[in-house]
Amino acid sequence: MGVSGNAIVYGDNISTDLIYPGRYTYILLTKEQMAEHALEDLDPGFKDKDAHGCILVAGINFGCGSAREQAVKCLKEKGIRAIIAKSISRIYYRNCINEGLLPITCPEAVDEIRDGDKIEIDVDNGLVMVRNQKFCFPQYPAYVRNILDCGGLIASVRQELKQQNGGKDNASD
Amino acid sequence: MENGKTFAEKILGVAAGREVRAGDVVTVYPDFCMSHENTSSICSTFSEIGAETVYDPDRIVVIFDHTVPPSTAAYANSHIKTREFIEKQHIRHFYDMDKKGGICHQIMCQEGFAAPGLITVGADSHTCTHGAMGSFSTGIGRSEMAAAWATGKLWLRVPESLKIEVSGRFRPGVVAKDLILTIAGDITASGADYMSIEYHGDGIANMSIAERMTLCNMGVELGAKNSVCKPDEKVFDYLKGKAKKEWRYIWADEGAEYRKTLYYNLDEIVPSLAMPGRVDNYAKITEFEGRRINQVFIGTCTNGRLEDLRVVNHILKGKTVRVRTIVQPASVEVFRKAISEGIVADLLDAGCVVEHPGCGPCIGVQGGVLGDGEVCVSTANRNFTGRMGSRSSEIILASPATAAACALAGAIADPRKLS
Repeated sequence: MGVSGNAIVYGDNISTDLIYPGRYTYILLTKEQMAEHALEDLDPGFKDKDAHGCILVAGINFGCGSAREQAVKCLKEKGIRAIIAKSISRIYYRNCINEGLLPITCPEAVDEIRDGDKIEIDVDNGLVMVRNQKFCFPQYPAYVRNILDCGGLIASVRQELKQQNGGKDNASD
Repeated sequence: MENGKTFAEKILGVAAGREVRAGDVVTVYPDFCMSHENTSSICSTFSEIGAETVYDPDRIVVIFDHTVPPSTAAYANSHIKTREFIEKQHIRHFYDMDKKGGICHQIMCQEGFAAPGLITVGADSHTCTHGAMGSFSTGIGRSEMAAAWATGKLWLRVPESLKIEVSGRFRPGVVAKDLILTIAGDITASGADYMSIEYHGDGIANMSIAERMTLCNMGVELGAKNSVCKPDEKVFDYLKGKAKKEWRYIWADEGAEYRKTLYYNLDEIVPSLAMPGRVDNYAKITEFEGRRINQVFIGTCTNGRLEDLRVVNHILKGKTVRVRTIVQPASVEVFRKAISEGIVADLLDAGCVVEHPGCGPCIGVQGGVLGDGEVCVSTANRNFTGRMGSRSSEIILASPATAAACALAGAIADPRKLS
């Protein structure tokens, strides 16, 4: 699997409150509506940016705080294809996998990446390539890689249940 | 003992039915799966999966606390959707703003869902609070909860562990919140990333369950997967006749391997603050005494228990607060006891606003939201920018004792000077 895109760079300790504010967390919104609020309290200008196909790059402890999954959904819907950070908060990391958005921890790469840089990610070999340099990141365990390959946890569980069900899919889309 | 195991290795090994070590990935069937207002969103995801019925309705616990009572039609509609699902799926552990209700983590401990050796997961980051009862408890996302409802299981990587050895007793005016803010300052907001925090020592044994809940509650603020205190007679007695499931004592072996061990002597802990923006923005109270504030908020899953309200009332009784002071008990049971003990009447006489149990102010949705430039001293666990309302407002985290002292002064004040 390979992903490439231009970097949008932010700093350290970006909480889920900044990525997706609490005032929208307990009302039911569509993915499109969630995308409109992405990074609202961090970068009010993000709303008008064309982030489609971009890679979000951040410092330490990205996604700390609340477990709200909309903080991943809103970025994915906005078109972000991967997150590369020096470190990613645990629940946020898991939510990324479950939403099928690539979470990558690679501090060396983050130190090198500047806003707007073209980045290439080679998932199979665990490599981030930027400015003619290569940086390694740990490969995903097989179980996790399978979820990412399916496009997220729901798709993967749906597939599992369908197999148990002899091919019948009861899902409502 | 050589090659001893940590709490996480032991409990996840039992759950997986095999020997495991830190770094292994296991599949577990959690004893209880908890969610709150996000249940309505999880219901939608559940229907996308294609499962018709939940794996086991008795393992699901739903507790309304984030938007109670609802302040908007949208919040009320979210509640309606959840109630329909609860009825359809025959879920009996449902806490709908009735006399058993309150903040979800308080209810999970108070009502006996969390117990030694059990595994609880919650669609809320502060699920780590339950570790005060000796359980392995961690927060998960909404998709994952929908999948756990459908299949009963989820995967967990067995975490490395951080041991915190605590000795001694707090000095007057100092409480468990001051310890956890000190630890946050020492190891930073990502100092326990992905780890299991184990609390050991006579300092923990001396603490009430309420104090242990405060410590465990803030584990996630340090990046931890879970936090746990060694369960003892206090916990066993508490659970008598209350435990919702048969439990078993599980604790770390002597000689277990830890990533790191930290030592704290409670006699040395002083009233502490987390200044605005980050939990590890540590300050001793003496550094900011006299700084003006606009609001005090006492409550939340961190510090809204009866023990906390008693500390607050001891300071406020017979006096008058100088800034608006919002007090929100952690559950109806706590609220009811606070009324019986005369605490609520005393706090109202002191000029406090006493609210029904819930999470509103802490997450900036209702019941005490901050305006532009306002500063709040809060007993909650998070001080992220904008969390309680306006982006230009600020939150300072403190203990209930410090919050009460600040309420009287209308400024940052040291609770030790009031005793």
